[in-house]
Amino acid sequence: MVNDRNGWFRSGTPWIWLNAAAVSTSLIMVTGLLALIAVKGLGHFWPASVWEFQYRGSDGTVQQLLGEVQDSEEVSAARMRDAGEALPEDAPEVVERYLLKTGNRDLSGLDFRWIVEPAISERRRPRDAVVLERMEWGNFYGFLERLLEDGKVVAEGEGAWPELQSRLKRVRELRRRIRHLEKTEIGGVNYRLERLRLERRRLELEGEDTPAALAKIENRRKQLQAQFAGLQKELEAQYRDIRRDSMIMSVMGGRQLSLPLQQVVRAYRPNDMNLLQKTGFYFSKLWEFVSEEPREANTEGGIFPAIFGTVMMVLLMSVLVTPFGVVAAVYLREYARQGPLTRLIRIAVNNLAGVPSIVYGVFGLGFFVYFLGGNIDRLFFPESLPAPTFGTPGLMWASLTLALLTVPVVIVATEEGLARIPRSIREGSLALGATKAETLWRTVLPMASPAMMTGLILAIARAAGEVAPLMLVGVVKLAPTLPVDGNPPFIHLDRKFMHLGFHIYDVGFQSPNVEAARPLVYATALLLVLVIVILNLAAIAIRNRLRERYRALEQ
Amino acid sequence: MNHERVLMADMETNTAGNIDPSLLNESTGEHTEDICLKVEGLDLYYGDTHALDNINMLIPRQRVTAFIGPSGCGKSTLLRCFNRMNDLVDNVRISGTILLDEMDIYASSVQVAQLRQRIGMVFQKPNPFPKSIYENVAYGLRLQGVKSRRRLDEIVEKALRGAALWDEVKDRLHDNALGMSGGQQQRLVIARAIAVEPEVLLLDEPASALDPISTLKIEELIDELKEKYTIVIVTHNMQQAARVSDYTAFMYMGRLIEHGSTNTMFTNPSEKMTEDYITGRYG
Repeated sequence: MVNDRNGWFRSGTPWIWLNAAAVSTSLIMVTGLLALIAVKGLGHFWPASVWEFQYRGSDGTVQQLLGEVQDSEEVSAARMRDAGEALPEDAPEVVERYLLKTGNRDLSGLDFRWIVEPAISERRRPRDAVVLERMEWGNFYGFLERLLEDGKVVAEGEGAWPELQSRLKRVRELRRRIRHLEKTEIGGVNYRLERLRLERRRLELEGEDTPAALAKIENRRKQLQAQFAGLQKELEAQYRDIRRDSMIMSVMGGRQLSLPLQQVVRAYRPNDMNLLQKTGFYFSKLWEFVSEEPREANTEGGIFPAIFGTVMMVLLMSVLVTPFGVVAAVYLREYARQGPLTRLIRIAVNNLAGVPSIVYGVFGLGFFVYFLGGNIDRLFFPESLPAPTFGTPGLMWASLTLALLTVPVVIVATEEGLARIPRSIREGSLALGATKAETLWRTVLPMASPAMMTGLILAIARAAGEVAPLMLVGVVKLAPTLPVDGNPPFIHLDRKFMHLGFHIYDVGFQSPNVEAARPLVYATALLLVLVIVILNLAAIAIRNRLRERYRALEQ
Repeated sequence: MNHERVLMADMETNTAGNIDPSLLNESTGEHTEDICLKVEGLDLYYGDTHALDNINMLIPRQRVTAFIGPSGCGKSTLLRCFNRMNDLVDNVRISGTILLDEMDIYASSVQVAQLRQRIGMVFQKPNPFPKSIYENVAYGLRLQGVKSRRRLDEIVEKALRGAALWDEVKDRLHDNALGMSGGQQQRLVIARAIAVEPEVLLLDEPASALDPISTLKIEELIDELKEKYTIVIVTHNMQQAARVSDYTAFMYMGRLIEHGSTNTMFTNPSEKMTEDYITGRYG
């Protein structure tokens, strides 16, 4: 018997089980994490039913409530009574309570309220309950009464609903045009005006402000201003147009109020939708989330600028870190004399990877932004001082800081790749009359390229999820413009940008409306993971292609 | 042959009896063979190890010279001295001279890369680059700056024919060289070496990693190549040395024990040590 157990131990079976258990635990944790984020985040976009409750409040009066049930939990009746909730005598020990999203923040001041199950005397799902997503003040729940055009009634009752949809379409189109006018056209004119001002200032600083040059600038300024005035007029006309329609809505309690259609992003009646319509709605919301700009302090709308900023920053970082890391690794491995000094440098490089990232942020702010950026401004952009151009956090400095943060990974991976190139291949090249540099360039570096890609993959994985240093060197809560637009030089490395990681923090913890924002935190987190996975998959695909080409190493 | 003949009188002053008598014309005292490489008083140290001890030898042009000897005797080290491959090793010290057509290859004015174009080398294990067959052969030419597609095509074909490989690969020139068999890879490496038209070809145990049929092909190839190139081959295989070489040098413990025509060496060696090694008493 004892022998048996000894044999079992010595066979290694317990180890195999232990290893398998460790692997399965990791797998379960990863899947669990992703599943939690996915369920919590993706559920948010599904159109929930709107309930109407007859609810007896703590003061005994009966209220009508309209809203979506967002959450439920079980609490003890005693605790509820202590909290001042008037529960019926026959209420059970443990009562259920719901988190009801009632919206209409402009009327009641609150989006959400808890209600207890036993106090609900009647419930139903009215088919004609309307949910309005608005530009501000969050959702609106109520019933559509009439539609007005310039204050005159155009539709009433059941006929008002299809009319509302078609008029909303018009409003959306107008809104798109206004946005285009404001951001692209007027923004472009403003940008060019600012450039003219800077050019004039530069001429003054350099003492070349001859009357001829100034007149030329003045001439162009006048042209731009005329263009601006024209656009302004067009914009005013569009605004008049978009303000034309309004609607009368009634809310619980019979109150009626007028809402301009300009305020409404979309209107829908969830209780009247079938599964297909709901699915369509779901995907349109999802698309809005990834393709639109945020609204209402980031708690509504989409997160496109954050996705764009994250991807842009990671790409820029890759472009900066790869040559730098590869060149450093080639020198360390191929040219430097191996000795205590190179060993010391290697230790230093490896330890750089362990420095807390916020320290890099501080360094980036102190060195890149204030020192480098400040000097660049003094040398190249004196005309815009005291307003900084590069002497302020921006995309360029954020990418550089992250490149610095990830360069050890690339150096280590490249060095390992170089060390794995067989001596015989190098000798073969040298024996044909290649110099060391030619051998490196033509044979060794291409063969080490999969290792460099491995380094880059690790760098991307680390950089894309980094938030702390970015807060110091360029990420903001809300960037008015993307770092890429139609105004020359098209890529604006000096601009601040948005980032998914910081967006999660901002929405989750800095938001004025935490309850409303919570699902967005999960959805954004899921998207961040997805973006990193996609970036990594792209890099892995490139690496595998390179490996296929240079697979001599596997022999 | 327009190369200057080396006078016997020169040789006697700096060689210690290691000159192969078969290289000399008895009546005139001159070399009957045209000398390509001349090694004079070569010493080589790896750190404290004395790996080559006062080597003096002459290697005749367009002949096959084989280096034999037990493992670690320094024959590969000597071979790698001819194209300065030992430069890559840390802690190596070399004294003495090696003359390639009267040019000291260790002189400071010598460009190592250019020297290696004149003295090509093939290694023990086939080491094709992970590129296409065509690009492998064109590698040395591209280094020399040959860009014309037609000229490249021409030379690649000539080199592959020279290495008896053309018929086997002419339809898949742009396939990866790593997909070839070991024997084909070794012939590709030889084609790669002769594409740059060296004067000397150094072969470091070129057939030791190959099967018998591939070995036979390589040996036949060596026989053809000696019409154009001076060949120095290191081999462990005594029969191979006897089959392919015109001259044989026997080395032991870093010293050159005996150097002579292969016939004499294998039938009537002058040193007892050589005889013992050849007959298999040690090594």
